[in-house]
Amino acid sequence: MRMGEYIMTKSEATRDAYGEELLALGQVNERIVVLDADLSGSTRTSRFARAFPERFFNVGIAEQNMIGIAAGLATAGKIPFASSFAVFALGRAYDQLRTSVAYNNLNVKIAATHAGLSVGADGASHQALEDIALARALPNIRVVVPADGVETRAAVRTAAAVEGPVYLRLGRPKVPVLFGPEHEFAFGRGQKLREGSRAAIVSCGVMTYRALRAAEALAREGIEVTVVNMPSLKPLDEELLLEVARSCGAVVTVEEHSIIGGLGSAVAEFLSEEHPVPLRRVGVRDAFGRSGTPEDLFQAYGLTEADICRAVRELL
Amino acid sequence: MIPPLDEDKRLRLEEVAREMRRRILEMIAEAGSGHPGGSLSAVEMVTALYFHIMRLRPEDPLWPERDRFVLSKGHAAPVLYAALALRGFFPPEELRGLRRIDSILQGHPDMKKTPGVEMSTGSLGQGLSTAVGMALAGRMDGKGYRVYALLGDGEIQEGQIWEAAMAAAHYRLDNLVAFLDFNGLQIDGPLEQVMSITPVADKWRAFGWHTVAIDGHDLQEIVEAARGAVAGRPTMIVARTVKGKGVSFMEDEVGWHGKAPSREQLEQALRELT
Repeated sequence: MRMGEYIMTKSEATRDAYGEELLALGQVNERIVVLDADLSGSTRTSRFARAFPERFFNVGIAEQNMIGIAAGLATAGKIPFASSFAVFALGRAYDQLRTSVAYNNLNVKIAATHAGLSVGADGASHQALEDIALARALPNIRVVVPADGVETRAAVRTAAAVEGPVYLRLGRPKVPVLFGPEHEFAFGRGQKLREGSRAAIVSCGVMTYRALRAAEALAREGIEVTVVNMPSLKPLDEELLLEVARSCGAVVTVEEHSIIGGLGSAVAEFLSEEHPVPLRRVGVRDAFGRSGTPEDLFQAYGLTEADICRAVRELL
Repeated sequence: MIPPLDEDKRLRLEEVAREMRRRILEMIAEAGSGHPGGSLSAVEMVTALYFHIMRLRPEDPLWPERDRFVLSKGHAAPVLYAALALRGFFPPEELRGLRRIDSILQGHPDMKKTPGVEMSTGSLGQGLSTAVGMALAGRMDGKGYRVYALLGDGEIQEGQIWEAAMAAAHYRLDNLVAFLDFNGLQIDGPLEQVMSITPVADKWRAFGWHTVAIDGHDLQEIVEAARGAVAGRPTMIVARTVKGKGVSFMEDEVGWHGKAPSREQLEQALRELT
């Protein structure tokens, strides 16, 4: 049984949606300022930069300084969005994010693009597979991984509207559009996109559409599964997780990230304390990425629809 | 505008500086740990800032027009706490709670817990970047406030300092004035042995800063250097100082970087500071 209306006829990169929404926000909110570290073309902050040059700071290739400047701007009431690739925004500037931003609960939004294996050919140095783990481990930071462009726009608006630091994890490639324009984002809220009783697949980001495809393939075998989109990794939608764990009795998590510290960890940590059920984590298994096309990489690292289906069958 | 320091005020500030030193030593002795050496070397700079240079409203610590101070060398927290207490941001009795659980005075500065602290620091190299952000915001908002930062000499071994140095000059932040507490010692020994930063003034000049070198214990020179900030460029005041200044057995002794005085040592130090 299908719950939400998901579309999948158009596709859009979440970074493109970010750049577009940031521009729109800039027009209505003068407190929005944007920082980038020489990747504004790739992160799509260049659109904001062209429209509002006086509110855009390209700090050069200096991510640590970028995060520190963002913290300083936030102390004076600005709402800084700081962007780079996820590897650099989270990894290179982690201590700055920790001490200058998160510790002070400052109103800085880290919007990092090019997360995960889907960066593709640039290889391991540019494929962040641990950024969710890093962000989740810091108190005060909310962690968001939108599944498509529509959800990205909603998440950017919500991130700007709340007080406090937010990590937005965005991707490079185009991904199918899953949601209609009425789709809303709220921290701590996920949605059931499909309902079935045999298992629940919980996914986020670019993997949600693969989870839906896997659910369709399983349905053709007579295996009906629930699919939950969980864009808010911190806070999690604990109520929804409990509900699907109780009703399905088995959970498979799916993410374009290491299974250490990401969505799979977050779900396992919660369910193992509150309602233990058999669980499988589909994700990168303690490995670095490498060069290749996104599709070849998803195959090589076990992130395909077939891998998701296999994980579900293992639990039946 | 910062007024010049007349002789009368200078004498009063010297008395404040002595009181600051006594408070620093008392609070660290009471806590049983802390960083006296780099707190004592910065006393005159922090005294001049909080009692002459900066526009502040202790009763309204978040007054939007206030000048900002970022203690980038966060381990010198006691010098900042002494200034904030004596300036009226919180009652001086709080100094006795330094480093204790539930105290407003953390081991390193904490903007969420202590009135008057503008930025949490302690992980070296981060404060100057946040000061750059504050200065940018002040300019965007058309506010006249200045942002001051105090850097350690060992601290500028951190790469992020030079990222921030580059940015401050690039953005022509003439509302940013930084002091370098050049006492020549870091935890593991003299900077010249651990990792040399010389020629330090040349480095800041090369990065585009208006740079002056002063005696960091001379209140007159400190005030004149702050008054001498120029248009179109950030200012770096390289202040030659003595670590542990004012206490004979602590002066220029690397061992007093992060150690509390005993009861007897405290008494001797306080006798020297009357």
